Amino acid sequence: MQERSDLMNLLFGRLSLAAIPYHEPILLWTFIGTALAGLGVFAWVTKLGKWGYIWREWVCSIDHKRIGVMYIILGLVMMLRGFADAIMMRLQQAMAFGDNLGYLPPHHYDQIFTAHGVIMIFFVAMPLVTGLMNYVVPLQIGARDVAFPFLNNFSYWMTVAGAMLVMLSLFVGEFAKTGWLAYPPLSGLDYSPDVGVDYYIWALQIAGVGTLLSGVNLIVTIVKMRAPGMTLMKMPVFTWTALCTNVLIVAAFPVLTAVLVLLSLDRYVDTNFFTNDLGGNPMMYVNLIWIWGHPEVYILILPVFGVFSEVVATFSGKRLFGYTSMVYATVVITILSYLVWLHHFFTMGSGASVNSFFGITTMIISIPTGAKMFNWLFTMYRGRIRFELPMLWTIGFMLTFVIGGMTGVLLAVPPADFVLHNSLFLIAHFHNVIIGGVVFGVFAAISYWFPKVAGFRLNEFWGKCSFWFWLVGFLLAFMPLYVLGLMGVTRRVSHFDDPSLQIWFVIAAIGAFLILLGILSFLIQLVVSIRDRESLRDVSGDPWNARTLEWSTSSPPPEYNFAFTPVVHDQDAWWDMKQRGYVRPQKGFIDIHMPSGTAAGFTLASISAVCGFALIWHIWWLGAAAFFSLVLSAIIHTFNYKRDFYIKSEQVRRVEDARTQQLASV
Amino acid sequence: MPARFLRFLPLLPLLGLLSGCDAIVLKPFGEIAQRQANLVVVSTILMLLIVLPVMALTVIFAWRYRASNTEAEYDPEWNHSTSLELVIWSAPLLIIIALGAITWVTTHTLDPYRPLQQTVAADASKPQPAPLKVQVVAMDWKWLFIYPDYGIATVNQLAAPVDRPIEFSITATSVMNSLYIPALAGQIYAMPAMLTKLHAVINTAGDYEGFSANYSGAGFSDMRFRFLGMSELDFDNWVKRARNSGDELSREAYRALEKPSRRDPVRYYAKVAPQLFDKVLNLCVDPNKMCMRDMMAIDARGGLGLAGIHNVARLRYDEERRRDYVMSLCASERGQAALAPLAGEGAGEKAARSAVEASPTRAQPQGETLSFLTDTNTLAAAATVTR
Repeated sequence: MQERSDLMNLLFGRLSLAAIPYHEPILLWTFIGTALAGLGVFAWVTKLGKWGYIWREWVCSIDHKRIGVMYIILGLVMMLRGFADAIMMRLQQAMAFGDNLGYLPPHHYDQIFTAHGVIMIFFVAMPLVTGLMNYVVPLQIGARDVAFPFLNNFSYWMTVAGAMLVMLSLFVGEFAKTGWLAYPPLSGLDYSPDVGVDYYIWALQIAGVGTLLSGVNLIVTIVKMRAPGMTLMKMPVFTWTALCTNVLIVAAFPVLTAVLVLLSLDRYVDTNFFTNDLGGNPMMYVNLIWIWGHPEVYILILPVFGVFSEVVATFSGKRLFGYTSMVYATVVITILSYLVWLHHFFTMGSGASVNSFFGITTMIISIPTGAKMFNWLFTMYRGRIRFELPMLWTIGFMLTFVIGGMTGVLLAVPPADFVLHNSLFLIAHFHNVIIGGVVFGVFAAISYWFPKVAGFRLNEFWGKCSFWFWLVGFLLAFMPLYVLGLMGVTRRVSHFDDPSLQIWFVIAAIGAFLILLGILSFLIQLVVSIRDRESLRDVSGDPWNARTLEWSTSSPPPEYNFAFTPVVHDQDAWWDMKQRGYVRPQKGFIDIHMPSGTAAGFTLASISAVCGFALIWHIWWLGAAAFFSLVLSAIIHTFNYKRDFYIKSEQVRRVEDARTQQLASV
Repeated sequence: MPARFLRFLPLLPLLGLLSGCDAIVLKPFGEIAQRQANLVVVSTILMLLIVLPVMALTVIFAWRYRASNTEAEYDPEWNHSTSLELVIWSAPLLIIIALGAITWVTTHTLDPYRPLQQTVAADASKPQPAPLKVQVVAMDWKWLFIYPDYGIATVNQLAAPVDRPIEFSITATSVMNSLYIPALAGQIYAMPAMLTKLHAVINTAGDYEGFSANYSGAGFSDMRFRFLGMSELDFDNWVKRARNSGDELSREAYRALEKPSRRDPVRYYAKVAPQLFDKVLNLCVDPNKMCMRDMMAIDARGGLGLAGIHNVARLRYDEERRRDYVMSLCASERGQAALAPLAGEGAGEKAARSAVEASPTRAQPQGETLSFLTDTNTLAAAATVTR
């Protein structure tokens, strides 16, 4: 490394050409591929002349439906990246035995497993569940939008800004080599002096703002904007789980923000919160990050529990069994999820009484979860089950999730955890609940609500392919890890000496390959469905004969969701309306008050990303400039008085008349 | 028939186990690990009591109430049954009460901090042998074991006589690791400036694997060592062998040793600097550093106020590790391949030894520094006295 002039250091901070990893062929080809794909999309959109449309109708949109869709697209795109990391790890571990060091040096491998964890949790699972809640919740409660539509747009773009920083670390500099929770002292300045951890910190901080604000937004939406008649105990279960999830978000994410602030103070201004020396205490970080981290897993799983409740009831053609106990189970899980964080580090030397306390609280969570499982079972009992795609995913979930739940309770027994902690058994466990739970749930949700979003169903054949590839792939990829864990194999190892382990890693790699086919099938399913959209078209707005309010409006719903706010008399409001012979009102429309789009969210998030980038690379002038323009833009935005408009009753009538004709054509 | 096919898939791993792989976690060679393994099995069986019926019911209900089966009862409004709800909540509750009771008891009896009582394997008529004390230091990326009762130390090799309780005191030099010997007992973290404990016993002679179970940076994958369970006689010979090595683990040698390295060969030290582990724990193997204990004693008495600022440099620890650490990371880029042959031929040992000899011994603290050193020593002494 040669010395640079002070001016260059002032202008570019730590950034130099050496930060571009052009000597690493994998990254180079990835970059070329990404750039070509980007150019292709750019050229295509330009050719179609759709930039204005994308800018006005999507980027600046504050329609919760559009934002929900964008969240899901973000989650799916990032899933491709996170999965690429996964399959690289599987290949490395299947190869690197004895003299064969594999194709990834530790320097690269360590970044990959860190990126995989961070991306899959923060930029795949979170956007997917947030997207679902964003899209579905206002429709389920009969609202026209969320409580703070602009904030929603801002939250989304902050999440994107965080994701962009993580992606950028691939081509400029490097990502953290610390594991996804970045335990100090390893993540401290002295043991991770490069930019990786800084990318981690700023990506999560920026995305975290988005997550927190969207949590506030959805809580207020659910509490304040339910349709008349929808008391709390008449809310659809998905809305209930969304409410609990967002309570968890609002209570947990500030802890993450705080602990990352402390870590960045350690790294930027030489404080000693988590250093070994000068009175620092890394244990404090471990406690704080898990006080956020454990509720986080319930943030991911609760909404999909809600999805399964909707899907099981709909496809069994039957009321959900034990609605009340379902709601109480959700609330109990919400509260208990704050009392279990220490089970992530039984092995760090807490006393036996502390360990048993946290072990037992963890087990107690399995009681409401078990009750939920039984409730789904007894919803199927005496039902008429249609095995459409969402129901397939649900059955897949019920059969795999119980195994993950069981191994989870096993890990909650402290002496058992002593032999299984950090082993591949643990890895198998949490993939078992995250794939079997969250991923299957999200796919169930996507195939369930896709007709609502797009106005046509998804292709069934490719969906079934996707399901079976995922299910078999998941079992092949992770059951061997349970075995390996029992053989005493630990996680995050990039090279092994014992050749007898190899066969299990090869099986796991085959499983990962099948999951790849599952993902490809899903993408093909999307393409094929769009191609065949006319034959898959659903004009009824209620293709599954479903039960909740979102199915009472057209598919896709009009901008204003409901011409008249529905009045609710039952938990399954739409089912009830159908039973009572509900007649769609066709006249008497009034003007509808709606929020107008704005570029402010996108602008603020872009500036935040620039600010984060500048801080990562120590380009102080740019960081300061970005920070001040951030504050300034926010202030300027407060002077924007063009925040709302009325959809004229004329226009509402036109839209509703078109719908009437459409329905008559069925 | 997808549903039926599904039923058998979860059994796949069981088949794998049956085929006779070496599941050391379930078939260990130390009493503590054995009791932990039993607990894994018992808990699993207990939970299968509820998990298997759920899985079976899922398949049965899915099949029986499929839409095409018009003979099955269909009751779209049936959604509540108090007695069923009672069963739904109480069945998991009962299992968890049982498991919770087991958890409470075993967590206390298998607490790694708890000294071993009479071990099962040992002959009850003979008096329990005094525990073997071992002090463990997790370094980047190797393990140092100090035997305070024998005055010896080893790198990447641990030995213990069978049936004699072992009392581990564990710490680390730079980042978090976890000491795990699956054949012997469950793991416990090794953390810098912190002390953890583990009590265990090995009951069968053999050569077992030990490693770090917590990711600790670039050399983590190679952070492995051998754990030798041996007869009393073999152990005495092993101690002699270490004593005959003639090497001394002085404070200087320790500081050379703690520099990041990987795939280190086994090393023996005949002598160990007095109180070395205690100094490692207090971050003051370097004589220029103030021990954490002293800093805490000063702070406990209200601190030195502004004058304390003079001690800051002597309390810095991590910063001085940064340079070595970064260099080791750069070296790792060029691949482990270059390092592997060194380790194989024992040349690494020589290289390491010459590195120890060549490492500059720091000048004794002089002048200003010395006066502060005296200051703190007196203060620390005073602190002890006041207690």
